[in-house]
Amino acid sequence: MSAWKKHEVFEKNSFILLIGILVMVAIGGLVEIAPLFYLKSTIEKTEGMRPYTPLELAGRNIYIREGCYLCHSQMVRPMRDEMERYGHFSLAAESMYDHPFQWGSKRTGPDLARVGGKYSDDWHVEHLKDPRALVPASIMPGYPFLAENRLNTRDIEAHLSVNTIVGVPYTEEQIANAASDIIGQAKPDTEAADGFEERWPNATIRDFDGNSKEVTEMDALVAYLQVLGTMVDFSIYDDKANAR
Amino acid sequence: MISLEEGGFAIFLVLLAFACIIVAGKTFDQVMAFHAGIGALFAAVSVFLIFKNYFDDGGEAIPAEIDGKPNYNIGPIKFGAVAAMFWGLAGFTVGLIIALQLAWPALNFDLPWTNFGRLRPLHTSAVIFAFGGNVLLATSMYVVQRTSRVRMPGKILPWFVILGYNAFIVIAGTGYLLGATQSKEYAEPEWYADLWLTIVWVFYLLLFLGTLWKRKEPHIYVANWFYLAFIVTIAMLHITNNLTIPVSIYSTKSYIVWSGVQDAMVQWWYGHNAVGFFLTAGFLAIMYYFIPKRAERPVYSYRLSIVHFWALIFIYIWAGPHHLHYTALPQWASTLGATFSIILWMPSWGGMINGLMTLSGAWDKLRTDPVLRMMVVSVAFYGMSTFEGPLMSLRSVNSLSHYTDWTIGHVHSGALGWVGYISFGAIYCLIPWLWNKRQLYSLKLVNLHFWLSTIGIVLYITAMWVSGIMQGLMWRAYDQLGFLEYSFVETVEAMHPFYIIRALGGGLFLLGAVIMAYNLWMTVRHGEAEEADATPAGSLAPAE
Repeated sequence: MSAWKKHEVFEKNSFILLIGILVMVAIGGLVEIAPLFYLKSTIEKTEGMRPYTPLELAGRNIYIREGCYLCHSQMVRPMRDEMERYGHFSLAAESMYDHPFQWGSKRTGPDLARVGGKYSDDWHVEHLKDPRALVPASIMPGYPFLAENRLNTRDIEAHLSVNTIVGVPYTEEQIANAASDIIGQAKPDTEAADGFEERWPNATIRDFDGNSKEVTEMDALVAYLQVLGTMVDFSIYDDKANAR
Repeated sequence: MISLEEGGFAIFLVLLAFACIIVAGKTFDQVMAFHAGIGALFAAVSVFLIFKNYFDDGGEAIPAEIDGKPNYNIGPIKFGAVAAMFWGLAGFTVGLIIALQLAWPALNFDLPWTNFGRLRPLHTSAVIFAFGGNVLLATSMYVVQRTSRVRMPGKILPWFVILGYNAFIVIAGTGYLLGATQSKEYAEPEWYADLWLTIVWVFYLLLFLGTLWKRKEPHIYVANWFYLAFIVTIAMLHITNNLTIPVSIYSTKSYIVWSGVQDAMVQWWYGHNAVGFFLTAGFLAIMYYFIPKRAERPVYSYRLSIVHFWALIFIYIWAGPHHLHYTALPQWASTLGATFSIILWMPSWGGMINGLMTLSGAWDKLRTDPVLRMMVVSVAFYGMSTFEGPLMSLRSVNSLSHYTDWTIGHVHSGALGWVGYISFGAIYCLIPWLWNKRQLYSLKLVNLHFWLSTIGIVLYITAMWVSGIMQGLMWRAYDQLGFLEYSFVETVEAMHPFYIIRALGGGLFLLGAVIMAYNLWMTVRHGEAEEADATPAGSLAPAE
C-alpha cells in the first residue's frame, strides 16, 4: 500500500518525473549501442576494403536520393537460400565506410549487397532506363533521366573531406583530385584516368554508361552498383581472424 | 510595451529570415535555394503576424482566467486539428498512389518526382509526422491545459510550436520530392530540417512543462506522463540518430557520423522507438484522456497505469535490434532486442486492458456511440499488433517475415487500426468541443466511416499476410534436385493480385477519411451551438 503512495513524488513534481523518464529510457540504448564501438566483430578490418572513389560516392548519393534502399536491401543473411541466391553473407566490415548504412529493411526487389560484377554495364544502363524491357514482370520504376543528367561534381572535394571528418580514410591527394578523378574513372585513355589509376589502384576505370561525351548520373550509379560487394576477396578471407 | 516573448521571437525570426536569404543567395544547390526561400518567407510572415497582433490588441496580456474559469488557449489546437485532417488526407492519398504503383509500375511515369522511391518517404512522413504529429500536438495542448486547469503559457510560444512544426513538415515533404533525403527510414529529412525540428521541439517541451508548472491540480494526470515521455524520448532519439555533418551550409547533403553496424543499430534504436514513443506513448496518452472522457467512466486501474507507464518506457527502448536479426550486428544484440520485445507484450497488454476495462459499466455505449466504438476498436488493434510484433521479433519467425510484406501489413495494422482510429476518435471528440458545438453533424456518417475503414484495414492486412508469407516461402523453396525453385521476379509476379487487394483496402480507408472530413466540416459550419458553455454563441471570442 505504501509503495503506491510513494509514486506521488513523480505525480506531484514534473521535474522528478522528467528525470525518471530520462533514466528509464537511457539504459537500454546505452547497453545495446555502446559495446558496438569496441567489439572486435563490429570494428573488424578486412583486406580489400577501401573507401568509395569520388564517382562511386556520387553514385551512392544518387542511390540514396532516388530511395533505392526502400526496395533493395544490402545485407545477405547467413542462410542457405540467400547465400545461393546472392553470395557470401555480408560482413560488418563491408559497410564500415557507409555513412549512412544501406542495409535496408524490405526486398520488393532483390538484395544488392553483391550485385557488383553480376551484370554488364550495358545491362544496368538499359535496366535502369526501362526495367521492363529486360525483365517483363519487374515492378521497378524507370530512371531514364539519369542518363541525361550530367553529374554534378562542383563540391565533390567537400564531400570527401566531410567523410574524413566522420572517419573515412581519404588521403589529401584523393581529396584534392576528386573532381578530376570523377572524369578519370569514367573516361579511360585520358590523362585524368592515369592520375586516377595512381591514386586508386584497386578501382575500375570504364565508361560505365557507354556515353563518352560526358559523365552522367548514370555513370556514377552504375559505377557504384558494380563495386557493391566486390571489395572483399572471399577466396582469401579468413573468417576465423575476427572470431570473438 | 512589447513583451519579452514577442520581442524575442521577432528578433529570432528576423535573424532567421536574413540567414535564409543569405543562404538562398549564395547556394548553388537548387533545393537548398528553394528551402531557404521558403524559410525566409515563413519567418518574415511570422514577424509580420507578431507585430500585427501586437498592434491589434495593443499589447494587452490575455487573461489567464475569465470569471474564475481558466481561459484555455484553443487557437493553436484548432489549427493542429485542421492540419492533422489535411495532412491525413494527403498522406493516405500518397499511400494509395504508391500502392497502385506497386501493382502497376507504369504509374511511376519514369520521372524523378513521381517515382516510388521519393513518394514512399512522403507517405510515411505525412501519415506519421504530419498527421500523427499534429494529432499529438493538438491533443497534448488540449489535455495538459484541461487536466492542469490552467491556460498554457505564452502568447507566441504555442503558435510558434504548432506553426514551426508544420513548417518542418513542408520542408521535409518537398525535400523528398526534390531528392533531399538522408535515407534513414522515418528520419529522412536532411540536416537543416532536423535542426529546425530540434528548435521547435525544445520549445514544445518548454510549453508542455510550463503548463505543468502552472497547474492548479496537485497531481499530474496519467495522460501527461505519457505525453512527457513521448516529448523527451523523441528529442533524445532524434538528436542521436541525426548527428550529421553537412557538406557545407549551402548544401542540402550531409554525412552521418555513424557508419555501418553502429549506424544500423542507432537507426533501428531510433526507428523502433519512433514506433514506441511517437506512435505508442503519445497515442496512449490520447487513450488515457479521451476514452474515459467519452465513456464517462474513470480509468479502470490507477495502479495498472503506473506499472504500465514505467514498464512500457523502460522496456520499449531495448526492442530496436530485433530489426537486425541475422545481419552483421552481433547476435547477442538482436537476441536481446527480441527478448525485450517478448517482455514488452506484458506492459502493452496491461495498457490495452486498462483502456478496454475503462468501459466497465458503459459497454452499451458501443452500440450507440460510433466514436467510442472507433476508439475501443483502436485499442483492440493495439492489442493485436503488439501481439504480432513480439512474434515477428523471434529469430525463426523473423527469418521468414523480414524483408517481406508481412512487415508492411504488421505496421499498417498498428498504424491504420491503432494510431488511425484513436486519432479519428480524438478528432471526432475535439472538433465539437473546440468549436462549441453540441455534437457532431452526423453520427451515421461516423458509423459509415467506421465500417468502410474497418473493411479497408482487414483487406489491407490480410493481403499483406498472404503476400508476405508467400514470398518468404518462395524465396527459400527448393526443387527436388536441390536448386532454388523460384527466381526473384517470379515471386514479384505472384504478389500482383495481393497488391491490388491492398490498394483497394487503402482506398476504402481513404474514402472513410474523406467522409470524416466532410462530417467535421459540416459540424463546424452547421452544427448546433453548445448552450451550456460560458461563451455565448455568435460573440467573437478569439483565443478561446
